[in-house]
Amino acid sequence: MRNAFAEEITSLGADDPRVVLLSGDIGNRLFDEFKQRAQDRFYNCGVAEANMMGVAAGLALCGLRPVVYTITPFATTRCLEQIRVDVCYHKAPVLIVGTGAGLSYAQLGPTHHSCEDLAILRTLPGMTVLAPCDAMELRLCVRAALEHDGPVYLRIGKKGEPLVHQQAPEFSIGKAITVRAGTDVCMIGTGNIMPVLLEAADTLEERGVSARVESFHTVKPLDEERLHVLFEVFAMVAVAEEHSRIGGLAGGIAEWLARQECVTGRMLSFGTADEFMHEVGPQAWARRKYGLTAEDIATTVLERLGRPSRAIRQ
Amino acid sequence: MSAASVESERGGLASGLPSAKLEDLARQARGRIVEYSHRTGTPHLGSCLSCVDVLIALYFRSLRIDPSRPREEARDRFILSKGHAAPALYQVLALRGFYPAALLDEHAAEGTVFADHPPTPDRLPGIEAATGSLGHGLPMGVGMALSARIKRQGCRVFALLSDGECNEGAVWEAAMFAAAKQLGNLAVVVDFNKWQATGRSEEVMALRPLADKWRAFGWSACEVDGHSMDELVRQFSRLPDGAGKPMAVVAHTVKGKGVSFMEDDNNWHYRIPTVQEVAAAKKELGLPA
Repeated sequence: MRNAFAEEITSLGADDPRVVLLSGDIGNRLFDEFKQRAQDRFYNCGVAEANMMGVAAGLALCGLRPVVYTITPFATTRCLEQIRVDVCYHKAPVLIVGTGAGLSYAQLGPTHHSCEDLAILRTLPGMTVLAPCDAMELRLCVRAALEHDGPVYLRIGKKGEPLVHQQAPEFSIGKAITVRAGTDVCMIGTGNIMPVLLEAADTLEERGVSARVESFHTVKPLDEERLHVLFEVFAMVAVAEEHSRIGGLAGGIAEWLARQECVTGRMLSFGTADEFMHEVGPQAWARRKYGLTAEDIATTVLERLGRPSRAIRQ
Repeated sequence: MSAASVESERGGLASGLPSAKLEDLARQARGRIVEYSHRTGTPHLGSCLSCVDVLIALYFRSLRIDPSRPREEARDRFILSKGHAAPALYQVLALRGFYPAALLDEHAAEGTVFADHPPTPDRLPGIEAATGSLGHGLPMGVGMALSARIKRQGCRVFALLSDGECNEGAVWEAAMFAAAKQLGNLAVVVDFNKWQATGRSEEVMALRPLADKWRAFGWSACEVDGHSMDELVRQFSRLPDGAGKPMAVVAHTVKGKGVSFMEDDNNWHYRIPTVQEVAAAKKELGLPA
């Protein structure tokens, strides 16, 4: 996703005089072409994220379209007050890009993990929160975000994630994408967990359970229209994210559900535990630790549906 | 002087009001600020009074602005980074003609846009940034100064900081970045009144030598009497300096300036004046009761 982001921001931004790219001293070679084509619109802001976010707000208040890029915790919690006050309070159209979503940087330790960002950023008034599931969705997110007249947080993975969409789907902010049709259970995912969910759907299929899979690339504002349909059609909706089970997409959907007069439904939530991951390993290992594998998800879904699950392990 | 008579003199501003006139405006502003604090129960009177002269010098002499076109793209920008002095800014903006002073007189306790800290620019003409949490105004000002460079506009950016605000790390992040980018169109004015909310600023954090700190961070820096219109206006006219350095003006001020019983008394960071104190203050300022 990182490379796709660099390509997309270069192709969209290098010739758009409004776009100013700010980096927190990372992605050195990533933006070489952007720098070459728009030297006066790329700034390495150093290891000073609070200032970087304030600078972005100042640029936006003067009509420019700043894009702030750094590793997720430093683009979010490190400068949260600047995001809240300088960016959101002013409705400044700043695109904040956090790389290393969820457990992408599992190996780097908890300082670099980002399993709280969706929850925290989601509460900020006026903030749009995007978590694309692959490079294709990411490109569509970047395009839409640059046209959006307000702050956007874009949560991206690292590099080499599998493609979910073979061709560009119809896309707009706040409109979920149906990735796979199904009739027995619905699974909603956001961001880089999507390939795992699709694999889980395959597993369920083998067990005779037809799973619909939805990509909620927009965590805020939620696609409420789609949620209405999903909760009406399906007896159970499972939500998966590479994020804490507190306050992320599942949290948002549960909050939405609590506000409904006529909608009822059963939910399942898959995410990381309420803890720091003191022992590290590769991303796949970290996913196993938190039950975020296709097999774990499929097994739990089957159990909750009251179907035998053991067979799938054979 | 009524707001209307100030309004009628707006045409004369381009050629520059004489210092005596600026001092008169500062007295008017101080009187209104004290009255406003009493009427609305708004604190931070000492912090407001210490920066009135800086605000008057900027708005009536130095800033290239047109109150009738507050969003003119190439205007100079002023950010009150020490947002708790909003009552001072509200009065100066009214005096300068951004909105009628009556708007402030009609201040209601419920649903007013005149919070204790400045609202967002879309809510009140003349405001460039909502502030209140310290350490935010300078980075935003850096962004505005950078925007002027990107857009090849000649506008300048002034940010007014308090000395207590210089405790914030983000101020120094911004200082290093602005120096690296050689933002010669950016100025910081530090309202150095030697107090912060609950103590002597020098005792809370080692601020001194403050001008040297800015110099060490790559800025040109000077120290002025923050109550001398001549010194302030002269220094502001030096922006941009040819060397491409951002400029720090350390303005030595007195907290509560202009009202003897408030001067250098930090109780007035929070205290609200009584009717009698308002009358005494206005008398000292040479204003009609």
